[in-house]
Amino acid sequence: MCPMNVCDLVGRTPLLDLSSLSPAEGVGVWAKAEFCNPSGSVKDRAARAMLAEGLKSGGLGPEKAVLDSTSGNTGIAYAMLGAALKRRVVLHMPANANRERKALLGAYGAEVVETDPLEGSDGAYLSAKKAYESDPDGYFFPNQYDNPENPRAHYLTTGPEIWEQTGGGVTHFVCSVGTGGTFMGVSSKLKSLKPEVRAVLVQPDSPLHGIEGTKHLASTIKPGIFDRALPDEVVAVSTEEAVKVCRRLAGELGVLAGVSAGANVAAALRLAGGLPPGSLVATVLGDGGARYLSDGLWDKA
Amino acid sequence: MTVKLSIPAALRGFADGRAQVELEGATLGDLLDGLVGLHPDMGPHLLDENGAPRGYVNFFVDGKNVKGGLGLGTPVGPGQSVALVPAIAGGSRGDG
Repeated sequence: MCPMNVCDLVGRTPLLDLSSLSPAEGVGVWAKAEFCNPSGSVKDRAARAMLAEGLKSGGLGPEKAVLDSTSGNTGIAYAMLGAALKRRVVLHMPANANRERKALLGAYGAEVVETDPLEGSDGAYLSAKKAYESDPDGYFFPNQYDNPENPRAHYLTTGPEIWEQTGGGVTHFVCSVGTGGTFMGVSSKLKSLKPEVRAVLVQPDSPLHGIEGTKHLASTIKPGIFDRALPDEVVAVSTEEAVKVCRRLAGELGVLAGVSAGANVAAALRLAGGLPPGSLVATVLGDGGARYLSDGLWDKA
Repeated sequence: MTVKLSIPAALRGFADGRAQVELEGATLGDLLDGLVGLHPDMGPHLLDENGAPRGYVNFFVDGKNVKGGLGLGTPVGPGQSVALVPAIAGGSRGDG
């Protein structure tokens, strides 16, 4: 859609071998380094696809501003792409989003409407929806929770990349859910290529948790793009376990990853412990750990 | 004295759907004890095995995070705005 600019840097991320963290002999644990995307998270893939669809359909004309709700990473992706595409970006985000997120959005020139932190991402979503309904001609509203381009981006890019990078050897895909785009798209693609691939859903162990960007499905509104029938199994992870694994990734492998990455890897390692040799568990490192400095993620316990 | 404590959407299922709970106490710690006493199922989601608030649970009194200040010893009164705020912005509807 926009040759020779940051849009072209999205995707084709490395797959890192984390198997040395696993207690299981002969079981691989590999993870997509999605923090290598240009705005620093996996969200670049979905954001690019949703905006590309808007440009193609004419929904995102030059007079329109991109409008959506976010808790951070999708907003940062929109902000980067909006700057490259010369579109205004307006984001509705809970006021308790951390300093790093607000600073990054500011750097890209996005406008932020802060919403009630007690209402979480639901409140931000409803606020963005209301803004869109009050001025539908002024905005392009991708609505990442319900937009099929979101999982499709992963079906077309992340899934095939994992397939190729594992030489078709992947046996399990482990991933948490925010909108469900990555989990749905990658799981569907891998199962279409090899039906016995198991899709393992990672869930915070509590409705109140510190695993930024992940959704506790039992207590929240189901995103329109998420199909409850797709996961083969569910692994619950506590915030404390996710943080512990983040510290192991940094200290033992030099991989500075964010909290949802810690949750994904924690679940992948636990799963690997019960698998036969020859199994290959793939997961996703959704963003980098430098995005959580002010949250105390790296403070000494 | 009675103080109103605002609670986040993620925990309202433990408080009959209410966004605010009226509690008796002179400090934030009194309010937390009262909240868990009133809604015991909420306890494990707020407190660790030592009874301390989990790392991702913040309390704001009159708009200021008390972490790093007086913490649970912070005095509270009826006229003040007291809120239990998650440390992360995503998670209610989610954004991952």
